[in-house]
Amino acid sequence: MDNMMSLIDWARAQFALTAIYHWLFVPLTLGLGLIMSIMETKYYRSGDTFWKQTAQFWQRLFGINFAMGVATGIILEFEFGTNWSNYSWFVGDIFGAPLAIEGIVAFFMESTFVAVMYFGWEKVSRGFHLASTWLTTLGATISAWWILVANSWMQYPVGCAFNPDTMRNEMVSFLDVALSPFAVDKFCHTVISAWVIGAVFVVAVSSWYLLKKRAAERELALKSMRIGTIVGLIASIGAAITGDESAYKVAEVQPMKLAAMEALYNGGTDQSLTAVAWVNPFRQPDYQNEAEAPLRLAIPNGLSILATRTTHGFVPGVNDLLKGFTREDGTVELSAREKMERGRLAIQALADYRKAKADGADEATLQTLLTTLNENMPFFGYGFIKDEAELVPYIPVNFWAFRIMVGFGTLFILFFAYLLFLNWKQKGIFAPATFNSQLSTFSSTTLWVAIALLPCAYICSESGWLVAEFGRQPWTIQDMLPVSASVSDVGSAAVATTFWLFLVLFTALLAVEINIMLKQIKRGIAPA
Amino acid sequence: MKKNSFWYRAYRLYYDGFRQMTLGRTLWLVIAVKLFIIFIILKLFFFPDFIGENAEKGQEADFVAKELFNHCETK
Repeated sequence: MDNMMSLIDWARAQFALTAIYHWLFVPLTLGLGLIMSIMETKYYRSGDTFWKQTAQFWQRLFGINFAMGVATGIILEFEFGTNWSNYSWFVGDIFGAPLAIEGIVAFFMESTFVAVMYFGWEKVSRGFHLASTWLTTLGATISAWWILVANSWMQYPVGCAFNPDTMRNEMVSFLDVALSPFAVDKFCHTVISAWVIGAVFVVAVSSWYLLKKRAAERELALKSMRIGTIVGLIASIGAAITGDESAYKVAEVQPMKLAAMEALYNGGTDQSLTAVAWVNPFRQPDYQNEAEAPLRLAIPNGLSILATRTTHGFVPGVNDLLKGFTREDGTVELSAREKMERGRLAIQALADYRKAKADGADEATLQTLLTTLNENMPFFGYGFIKDEAELVPYIPVNFWAFRIMVGFGTLFILFFAYLLFLNWKQKGIFAPATFNSQLSTFSSTTLWVAIALLPCAYICSESGWLVAEFGRQPWTIQDMLPVSASVSDVGSAAVATTFWLFLVLFTALLAVEINIMLKQIKRGIAPA
Repeated sequence: MKKNSFWYRAYRLYYDGFRQMTLGRTLWLVIAVKLFIIFIILKLFFFPDFIGENAEKGQEADFVAKELFNHCETK
């Protein structure tokens, strides 16, 4: 048992490490892609070579990030096949289809047009080049779409049916999988938040040039900062709106995740939204006996509005979800024990069905077992749960990661609004011709804050993923398959070895990227 | 091949593009090293196909069923 726990922990740690590392590159690709495309559009429309040089400069930085990030996501697929083979088999074509589409369509589209973008400046027309730049960005965005469809299916499995003969879930509706409302929300929130990272990056690099008083890059910095500010403000407000919608969806399909995010132990109507509270980051709180987290400051009715869109709506807490409750519409939510019992019935029926079929049992017997299986299938995953405490995600990580994400997100809105205000106060935001005179608009403190916000943007983005992935524990597939049953019976030592190997590899690659990126930034607008 | 044909122009795009690379050379080197590590070292030596190696051909579903039932107290 200890060995199994150790194996699960190492396999999870390795997956988290790989995903976090991969996610360092993806958002900048998406965000910088949008901004460089806007800059090239300005060149296309104006014919001004300044915008051509500016677009080329940001495209060089985009290329560095793209080159470092490419293929790092492939390792996750290796891990599925080795460490998570039960899961891989169990979900088979549903998970495989979006990933295959991502590889074939989006990645090749991105790769084709990125070549035209870099090699085609003097070879193709301005219009075709601009189209290639936008299509590179679009390819990366479509790529994100399919990956997020796959991830969303794990959080909200739809459009599938379990086949007890093949032991696989099979897709019955591609559209339900591809256009799941959970996937749409996740895509919008994730991509828009990636635009924030792109904007913060552009503003930070521009601020560095202004701080260093680099004459050659002064115009580039000021005009880039302006575009970064506008994109950043729109995107950070958009991220807040889509984040709210995501939270609403989480309340609907993953109420335990919402309860963990809020450290809501006991739910009810008229629930307030926790602004801050003391949740010990290092241990799971005693949710069974504590009424609420200590030192709690809350916004009245905020959580009810967020989760139900009504001020008085009922929001279940951790204990409600474990003990069972009745929703306002009369729907009875079973207790954890009842779900675990139903899950065991499903697993037993599946085992009996497979044995009966192998023994050549008659059709009536098989049908009876299938009926039992199908009746209890929605609770299949609960059959693997040994203790109901396993059903509660680690509350401190969810609680704090959510607040870090929201806190930084709010800070970005305020900061970009402040930058835009400074622009407007000086000359008006729609007066690019006079923008050169605005250097004094930005104090050195403002510029240093802009640079300091860059790591914050990454922390904010990674925190969002921590909420999404820690919050769905213990499930690999919500209600269908827990992490403990998904893992392969490989030795924990082997997984631990590759974990450390990855840590060294990823750290080295990151150091190389940062080094190349910094050199290129220092080089400035001059061609590489 | 005609010099104004699409294929020739596409070939020249890549040929000239790769020849004129400066920063790109470093990036391609990093990509090549990374792909070698990922596909040759990691995939071959550290990430075997667990089911492919442990289940008999055609018996994968039975293998996975057994693995899953091992995680459950019922069976």
